[in-house]
Amino acid sequence: MAREAWLPLAVLLALGAAPFLGLGGSYETTLMARAMILGMAAVSLAFLVGGAGLASLGHAASLGIGAYAVAILDAHGVTDAARVLPAAIGAAALFSLVTGAISIRTSGVHFIMITLAFGQMAFFTASSLAAYGGDDGYTLYRRTEVWGARLLEDRLAFHFICLGALALTWGGCAMLLASRFGRVLRAARENAQRVEAVGLSPYPFRLLAYVIAGAIAGAAGFLLANATEFVSPATLSWQRSGELLFMVILGGVGRLWGAILGALVFVVLETWLAQQMQHWKLVFGPLLILAVLFLRGGLSGLVARRHG
Amino acid sequence: MTTQLLLVQALNGLQLGVLLFLVAAGLTLVFGVMDFINLAHGVQYMLGAYLGAAFAAATGSFWLGLALALPAALAAGLLLEVLVFRHLYDRDHLSQVLATFGVILVLNEGVKVIWGAAPLQVPIPALLEGGIEIMPGLQYPIYRVAVLGAGIATAGLLWWLVERTRAGMLVRAGATNPAMVSALGVDVRRLFTMVFAFGAMLAGFAGVLAGPIFSVEPGMGDNVLILAFVVIVIGGIGSIRGAFVAALLVGLIDTLGKSLMPDLMRLFLDASAARQAGAALASMLVYVAMAAILAFRPAGLFPVRAG
Repeated sequence: MAREAWLPLAVLLALGAAPFLGLGGSYETTLMARAMILGMAAVSLAFLVGGAGLASLGHAASLGIGAYAVAILDAHGVTDAARVLPAAIGAAALFSLVTGAISIRTSGVHFIMITLAFGQMAFFTASSLAAYGGDDGYTLYRRTEVWGARLLEDRLAFHFICLGALALTWGGCAMLLASRFGRVLRAARENAQRVEAVGLSPYPFRLLAYVIAGAIAGAAGFLLANATEFVSPATLSWQRSGELLFMVILGGVGRLWGAILGALVFVVLETWLAQQMQHWKLVFGPLLILAVLFLRGGLSGLVARRHG
Repeated sequence: MTTQLLLVQALNGLQLGVLLFLVAAGLTLVFGVMDFINLAHGVQYMLGAYLGAAFAAATGSFWLGLALALPAALAAGLLLEVLVFRHLYDRDHLSQVLATFGVILVLNEGVKVIWGAAPLQVPIPALLEGGIEIMPGLQYPIYRVAVLGAGIATAGLLWWLVERTRAGMLVRAGATNPAMVSALGVDVRRLFTMVFAFGAMLAGFAGVLAGPIFSVEPGMGDNVLILAFVVIVIGGIGSIRGAFVAALLVGLIDTLGKSLMPDLMRLFLDASAARQAGAALASMLVYVAMAAILAFRPAGLFPVRAG
């Protein structure tokens, strides 16, 4: 694990250096911000899937709830990060706590389906918020302020905030997985019965992991709303949850940092293909299928095999 | 007035229910027999609708279009099975979800390339035009009644196939215990290919039927897919009977909810907000039902596999 850590570190360093290496334009930084923010959500999902064995098909709901917290507070004139960010994280964590308490009782296919159902409920709730744009979405008046300073509107500052958040997410999730808490999670994923035999109930551990992942996705949603200055129900759609899962699989389930790689490749490939041709999904779809069929360990597995 | 409205909405709900059943039947068998999650089942419904529309436009007859679309939908299902799905049976559910998600992207975009992004209109066949008086002074379109009839007839046929024929017995056995069936010398793979192609054709049939009622457009299968998943989870995975009951239930909840909720919301909200909030809450009802059923009866209403 430690020997492989050079690659994600190199990626983070490259992202840090990018604005000074000719990629500091508005277009490039917007693209990178999107990749880093989705990367953050993907890492939190990888923590769930790879760590706790909980393959959620409703993770975009937490992302969207974080984003909607920004929009709703913006509509009421609250734009200070000291209040908006905790609200975004808290709302997403609360949603995860309530839905997780029910979902985690099921397993396997039923877990995938019930998280999908909760995701759809969140989606339809968002489209019903007539005061905040309904189906059409909501355009922010301005980005969130940090103690009165309009820090997030500075291109470079926003870039490094996203990068910092991504690094923090990766580091935090990796530490969690390595801790005693993470060991119980991983043990329960491998064999829940044995964990119970040792005298531990996997349920509270899994629920806590679910809430933590939701909270991180909420924070990512806060950044996403500020990056696009626009929030719409599409952020919560099940297709977006599918995309997040794909980033995790593309990166490789076994390694947290794979999700960073997966998100970067996904966002860049999607953007590039969309520029090349109108019907880019005709190419993107088969690539997705081929990646699932043949890239079993994901991109990170590929790298680890080369250098391992 | 209210009873009439309620009757019309109930009929609409049942009709959505039978369409959902046609989609869910294939899905639940594939899921039950091979433990395979096929997200691409919804685009097979869409494909059926497009094939029906295209053949009907080319031949000038809805019926010829239907007759040509069914084998074409079957062939498309077989092709997808050979190209993609066959390689996914041994993989975990997550891989199946993602690879079939890729198939959705391709087919949704593919129909856009061939038929354009604008919705296609399919005319109602001349034979089934007009209305029928179901109550004094209340007309209901004949075509919708025919869809309801066709759906129920297909459900009956399917029940006979699954419950009374040898192939059906193998399918049921496969859904209950695939390893045992395989050990008894049945080629489960071939059985599955058969079930799969048949399911694709049923979804295509639902698509052709839906053509004149809903607009035929890219992505039309996505919502139906999710609803069909709700149906099979509520009904119990692998159970045809469960799928039928749950499909009618979901069709009724969804349709009645969408027509009654806005009025209900008007008690609390002003008119425009009530319309939007009511519609959204109504869309949510079926998911609430599913979550509740999963929380209390995790195996669905008619569980197939014991334990």
